[in-house]
Amino acid sequence: MIQDIPIQYFLIVSTIMFFVGICGFLIRHNLITILMSIELILNSVNINFLVFNKYLFPNQLQGNFFVLIVVAIAAAEASIAIALFINMYRMYNNIDVENISEMKY
Amino acid sequence: MIDYTYTIWIVLIPLIMFVILGLFGSKMKPNLAGILGSAGLFTTTILSYLTAYFYFFKAEPINGAFTSITAYNVEWLKFSDSLSIHLGVLLDPISVMMLVVITTISLMVHIYSIGYMKGDSGFQRFFAFLSLFTFSMLGLVVSTDIIQMYIGFEMVGLSSYLLIGHYYEKPSAVAASNKAFIVTRFADFGFLIGILLVSFYTGTFDFNVLTNNDASVYTSMGHASFLGMSALTWGMFLIFIGGAGKSAMFPLHIWLPDAMEGPTPVSALIHAATMVVAGVYLVARMFIVYHFQAPGTLEFIAYVGAFTSLFAAIIAITQYDIKRILAFSTLSQIGYMMLALGVSGYGGEGGVGYMASMFHLFTHAMFKGLLFLGAGSIIHAIHSNDLRDMGNLRKYMPITFITFAIAVLSISGIPPFSGFWSKDEILAAAFEHNKLIYFSSVLVAGLTAFYMSRLFFTVFYGKKTDYKHEPHESSLLMTIPLMILAFAATFAGFIPFSSFVTSDGKAFESSLSLSIAIPSVIIALSGIVLAFLLYHKKSDVPDKITVSLGFLYRATLNKFYFDEIYLFVTRKIIFNLISRPIAWFDKHIIDGSMDGIAWIIETTSIKIKGLQSGQLQQYAFVFVSGTIILVLFFAYWFI
Amino acid sequence: MGLNQLMFFFLSGLILVFSILTVTSRKILRAAVYLLTVLLATSGLYFLLNYEFMAAIQITLYAGGIVVLIIFSILLTSHISHKFERPALANVIAASLTGLAGSFISIWSIMKFPFNASTEPTLDVNMKEIGMQLMSTGHQGYALPFEVISILLLAALISAVIIAKKGN
Repeated sequence: MIQDIPIQYFLIVSTIMFFVGICGFLIRHNLITILMSIELILNSVNINFLVFNKYLFPNQLQGNFFVLIVVAIAAAEASIAIALFINMYRMYNNIDVENISEMKY
Repeated sequence: MIDYTYTIWIVLIPLIMFVILGLFGSKMKPNLAGILGSAGLFTTTILSYLTAYFYFFKAEPINGAFTSITAYNVEWLKFSDSLSIHLGVLLDPISVMMLVVITTISLMVHIYSIGYMKGDSGFQRFFAFLSLFTFSMLGLVVSTDIIQMYIGFEMVGLSSYLLIGHYYEKPSAVAASNKAFIVTRFADFGFLIGILLVSFYTGTFDFNVLTNNDASVYTSMGHASFLGMSALTWGMFLIFIGGAGKSAMFPLHIWLPDAMEGPTPVSALIHAATMVVAGVYLVARMFIVYHFQAPGTLEFIAYVGAFTSLFAAIIAITQYDIKRILAFSTLSQIGYMMLALGVSGYGGEGGVGYMASMFHLFTHAMFKGLLFLGAGSIIHAIHSNDLRDMGNLRKYMPITFITFAIAVLSISGIPPFSGFWSKDEILAAAFEHNKLIYFSSVLVAGLTAFYMSRLFFTVFYGKKTDYKHEPHESSLLMTIPLMILAFAATFAGFIPFSSFVTSDGKAFESSLSLSIAIPSVIIALSGIVLAFLLYHKKSDVPDKITVSLGFLYRATLNKFYFDEIYLFVTRKIIFNLISRPIAWFDKHIIDGSMDGIAWIIETTSIKIKGLQSGQLQQYAFVFVSGTIILVLFFAYWFI
Repeated sequence: MGLNQLMFFFLSGLILVFSILTVTSRKILRAAVYLLTVLLATSGLYFLLNYEFMAAIQITLYAGGIVVLIIFSILLTSHISHKFERPALANVIAASLTGLAGSFISIWSIMKFPFNASTEPTLDVNMKEIGMQLMSTGHQGYALPFEVISILLLAALISAVIIAKKGN
């Protein structure tokens, strides 16, 4: 419980951040920017976890651990994704998302 | 009491041989495969002879009658507490006699084939299938259960198919094997329905119950009726159809002449001595039922047999293919056996027809096997089936000549050869029962003597001497079986059959009645003399006779156009009027509906596959907006 | 307006402005830097919540690790001076509408939902407590997820090497 700040404030900020991330995912063509959008989304979720932990279950640490794990997964995901981007760059000489449509029908 | 459990090995050894030869035969030297097959069969033969010895001479008949012994029985399929299918070995006079016949002929054919099939590319396969056939046939005759017999019928049909199609590169052999299989299969369908009908009412498959004198199991069948005949009559009639198909009775005879496309030893074994008498055996097995419960069907059997024998004998006169002549004579002789069963009574002297039928089956197996093996020897020597290519062979092939002569005399019914004794019993039985059948049989006896002698004189006397290469006597492997069978064909007639194989198991004294024997011998002799005059040297009398007969001759030469009639019925009538509409229905309605479904799905898929654009963001957009719409929907719904 | 509130509004403002800049910037390296700002501001929020350890993690891992990784890959695959084309207007409108609708629904439901602040005593979150729970297997122990995540990281490590390796 933080003085003067109700829980909804945090949640609204994280929500807006989440949907900004979604918009980024939908608009951008460059795969690295899409990856950054995903990081934004994960980050907003992290904020939610910690806020719920703090406000609703202050005598436990579940939110903290969730965030820890999410951060670890985000790191793993980023490393794999970047390996894929580099590989793709070798094939197409750019990393536009339009290029990866070979698996369609 | 003798323990007969070992008899199961009579059936199993050929099966084991089939498995060994079938799996490993191609890796063996051909001769090894042949010797292995013959050795296995030799063991079987010894066992069969032992069984016959024990059964007929060692075991004490109960009340003077040979009883049927279930030597081995195992439950195979259990339908309910009371109804189940058994597989096993049933020993009674006819099955023991059949064991002896089958193993003897099969052993002779095995030994003969080692010589006859030498150098054939399918040598090992041939022996494997011979073993399979022997197994099936033995399994058929020892059936304890009518279903086992049905299985045997199917399996001999299958092995017959495989052996007829041995030269499968030849289109005619393939066609013949298909024809044999389809026709007999068609008849077996009747057999199956008959079995189902009979066992539906009697509630059992067991021969011990079905052929019991106590007829209580059939009471319910007598009451149910269909189209004016009782269910029992129908059932027995349908069962007879199965037998008629296997025994090539008119009008299901068309497959047998074509089956001669197979190797000659096969013709000797399957299409003369053993498989084709399966139908006779079936009727004999169910004889008590036919006699007491369905006398109408038995009468019908007698007429079918008599007609077939006459019909086939007439055709045989005009044929030129040596094996086809023998095939038609087989038809004719099996007709004899059928008619003998048909005119037989039951018990003691009255059952002389039954005894005569089995007797004739026995002697026929010997002399017809001999005839076919002799024909094989001739074909082997001059590489042709055609009578017109042969002549004057007695100089080149003395052993074949003598043994063939014995066989011809035997089938013509000249005393003291075996055919005379059994044929005489048949004629006696027919005389007692039905004069019409009797006269037709006597006529057939004369015709038989005539066409066999025609064959004999044309081949061994006649004109021709300019062979491309000198014909020579066959090897010992082929002539020894001929000599053994010639011995059997000469002396088999002296076996007092009436003290072993009778309708009720009780021995009786059968006597040779001169009033029957003398006319039949006279007519047979006259047939032989006529043939001698016409054919012993080249003359143009036969040709003149042919010309004067005109259409009759052509009809006979073409087997009374029966193949053509069948073709007309199937091609023109059944194919056009039944099959075509059904095919149309299948193609347009059934297939059409399936195709329609496929077409609808395919068209829709093509239409909507654009949704699967491969554009990641499009998917994400659909996903997110879909989620939002769902949330809105549920929010509206629940709040 | 208390100091807490002031701090919160300052950090939230940073987060929102730079998030939007991240996804709209047409220069990719700038976008990465904006993202870094967002992540740092988020760690500020964690400090505000008194989760110092999480804030530290946020700075080291996100800001220090992932953003650096992203910048490296940008340097490998793009030209710094390259400016993206403007995305199609229809796309932008559709995406913004979706985003607006989504935020509206979420915020609406957040405002409607009665959050009951807990009255339980606040647990003092220090590194010792976190370490004990992370490695314990009993009640409120997180040893299993810890091990699982370590295997995941190992797998990611190996596969990243395999995928990015040149040729076969």
